[in-house]
Amino acid sequence: MLSRVAHHIYWMARYLERAENTARLIQVNTHLLLDLPKSVTLGWEPIVDMLSFRDTFYEKYDTADEKSVIRFMVTDTRNPGAIINSLAEARENARIIREIIPSEAWEHINNLHMTAKEDGQSVLTRRHRYDCLNRVIVGNQTITGLLDGTMNRDEGYAFLGLGRHLERADMTTRIIDVRSASLLPEVTAEQSAFDNIQWMSVLKSLTAYQMYRQEMRLRIQRADILNFLMKKDTFPRSLTYSLAQIKQCTSELPNPAPVIDQANTIEKELAALKTAQLKQEKLHEVIDDLQLGLVNVHNAINDNYF
Amino acid sequence: MAIRWGSYKKGPFFDELIEGRNKPRPAAKELCQYLRSLSDRDLVEYKTAASTAIQVMGITFTVYSEEEGSIDRAWPFDIIPRIISTQEWQKVQEGLKQRVRALNMFIDDLYNDQSIIKDEVVPASLLENSKNFLPQCKGIKPKHGVWAHICGSDLVRDQNGTFYVLEDNLRVPSGVSYMLENRHVMKRVFPELFEKYNILPVDNYASDLYNMLCELSPRDIEQPEIVVLTPGIYNSAYFEHAYLAQQMGAELVIGSDLVVEDDIVYMRTVEGLSQVDVIYRRIDDAFIDPEAFREDSMLGVPGIMRAWKAGNVSLANAPGSGVADDKVVYAYVPEIIRYYLNEEPLLPNVPTYKCMNKDERDHVIAHIDEMVVKPANESGGYGMLIGPHASKAEREKFVRLIRRDPRNYVAQPMLLLSTAPTLIDTSAEARHLDLRPFILSGSDICVTTGGLTRVAMRKGSTVVNSSQGGGSKDTWIVDMEG
Repeated sequence: MLSRVAHHIYWMARYLERAENTARLIQVNTHLLLDLPKSVTLGWEPIVDMLSFRDTFYEKYDTADEKSVIRFMVTDTRNPGAIINSLAEARENARIIREIIPSEAWEHINNLHMTAKEDGQSVLTRRHRYDCLNRVIVGNQTITGLLDGTMNRDEGYAFLGLGRHLERADMTTRIIDVRSASLLPEVTAEQSAFDNIQWMSVLKSLTAYQMYRQEMRLRIQRADILNFLMKKDTFPRSLTYSLAQIKQCTSELPNPAPVIDQANTIEKELAALKTAQLKQEKLHEVIDDLQLGLVNVHNAINDNYF
Repeated sequence: MAIRWGSYKKGPFFDELIEGRNKPRPAAKELCQYLRSLSDRDLVEYKTAASTAIQVMGITFTVYSEEEGSIDRAWPFDIIPRIISTQEWQKVQEGLKQRVRALNMFIDDLYNDQSIIKDEVVPASLLENSKNFLPQCKGIKPKHGVWAHICGSDLVRDQNGTFYVLEDNLRVPSGVSYMLENRHVMKRVFPELFEKYNILPVDNYASDLYNMLCELSPRDIEQPEIVVLTPGIYNSAYFEHAYLAQQMGAELVIGSDLVVEDDIVYMRTVEGLSQVDVIYRRIDDAFIDPEAFREDSMLGVPGIMRAWKAGNVSLANAPGSGVADDKVVYAYVPEIIRYYLNEEPLLPNVPTYKCMNKDERDHVIAHIDEMVVKPANESGGYGMLIGPHASKAEREKFVRLIRRDPRNYVAQPMLLLSTAPTLIDTSAEARHLDLRPFILSGSDICVTTGGLTRVAMRKGSTVVNSSQGGGSKDTWIVDMEG
């Protein structure tokens, strides 16, 4: 397989996954705000921080209010992390390889980008926001299912999986980091009802709430949630699961060792992690390390194949 | 209004399906009867079915416009096919083979001994002023002595039905994928017609092309690595590049996918560098190698000419083939055929005046209002004068252009191009058309069964280029004896 083609497949998958996760995050934040009492001032700023675009944001907007942040994260083409830009990049990558991916998948990706462009204004009002963001989420789920059901299990498919799972792992760590750091105070014995709601929102950002309940059968607790999102090998958006998938995809490719080595390093780190004793500050450090590890995986893929 | 052959306006032209007093030609009898049996609703239905098929199959061509940038347009297609009998086609086929064989010998001679110039059959000035002659190719001897492996020649008929060659495209001719797709669309839309006729298939083009390209491989291996080199997704023929690569199971590459090391061409794959044997290149000579030609080319591969000269890779068509794709050279083709093959041309040229010769130039200028004047090195119908339709100012402008640079112009009398019934709304109207068959040359020469029929959709127009509002038809070569 041509390196260029592999590169486009990989990035197409990453951008699609990024668009979906960003949409999920905004979706959940919107809902969370409705549940919190007026006195709790929970901002939109963490959403901006999540994709590390704080500076870009304040170059263009004065305050991180709801309208500005939504505009910035969804429709603002000047923000490289905006959903509209992720979809445009996904589309551009798909367009170049449209003879290689199943043609229905290209049509869906093209359509998803067009719809998102048309939805640009209505996403700003809360009433329409749910539908607009849901279209992005469902759109990517459809494309994922379509590719899953139609693509040959060859190198191209392996690169698709690599892109998707690496991006997902990255987004999961970002969500845990930002959510836990800025939204949530250190857990104390007397957990308030609102803490509960906020932790639930972390799970919901990752569509993990139901699965958490089924798996853990526990009340919402910080340590258990972190454990679930980071270490649970049965939950498909957990870090451990994503890493296993990355290793699985790489094993289908020539010369897998450098990539697998990097993935193993992160796995070791995760295994040694005791989430119950993880204080907030330490958690932030750990996540920094994990993200660095994911960057190393990406670099290994890049050097090895592209 | 459904199709009524009685009221079909034929005009003073040769019509492909209808003869004399609105009678279907023998080969078209069944088709015309069938079309007459269709109601308006049927016709609209078939037309819609065809355009849906084209959309679903994703048959597009790219147009570049100032306002909108590059856009994909659905391929324009007319559902009434054009029919040629096998007996007539066989003669055309022989003529094309003869012509391309001679043209390849001519190119090979120009880059080597130049005996045709020494023998004064063509003037040396022809070469000196040729924009497409590449001195870098001198002394090279490609396999089988073949330079233009893929040739697309444009044929037209005059009012008597005689086929003429209008031009030969020896650089990067396009259109063959549309010929193949037109047939697929017809089969989807009119399966019942295929039962009535014995229509010769066109499908084996991709495998003929693949076999021919395999033959060119410098390495003697079971499965040579063949790639199609495209300028990229913004090229107007990108659909075709992708289509042919797909049909042949070859990699579709852009310049940056290839790299030359020690005069060997490699492509960058996820497994590392992998040697390439044959490149079906769809990039013009000028852009193919920034080391050898245009330095600013972002499309080409630095060093590819070195690799080709060293004999480590084959290029189809060979660089420099365009020297014979020149409207002045065209005028000499009958002499070229006689010189190399010692045969009389089987397919005639359209009579062509070479403005570089004073007598002919004077004749052209005196009769400018009857002439079609063409620049020597343009394609796509650009920069032409159609004398009878032009304004006085345009004609005067061309007289000045000819006087300033006579080598760059040829002129031909205005031909009355043949027509065929074409579906306009729900009735059949006569529209002008041409035919582009494709000729593959390797150790052997083969010609497509028929070719791409292009039709000028505007009434009275003879401009068939899809970039200028042309459409297309499926071309049937039918066996009337079987």
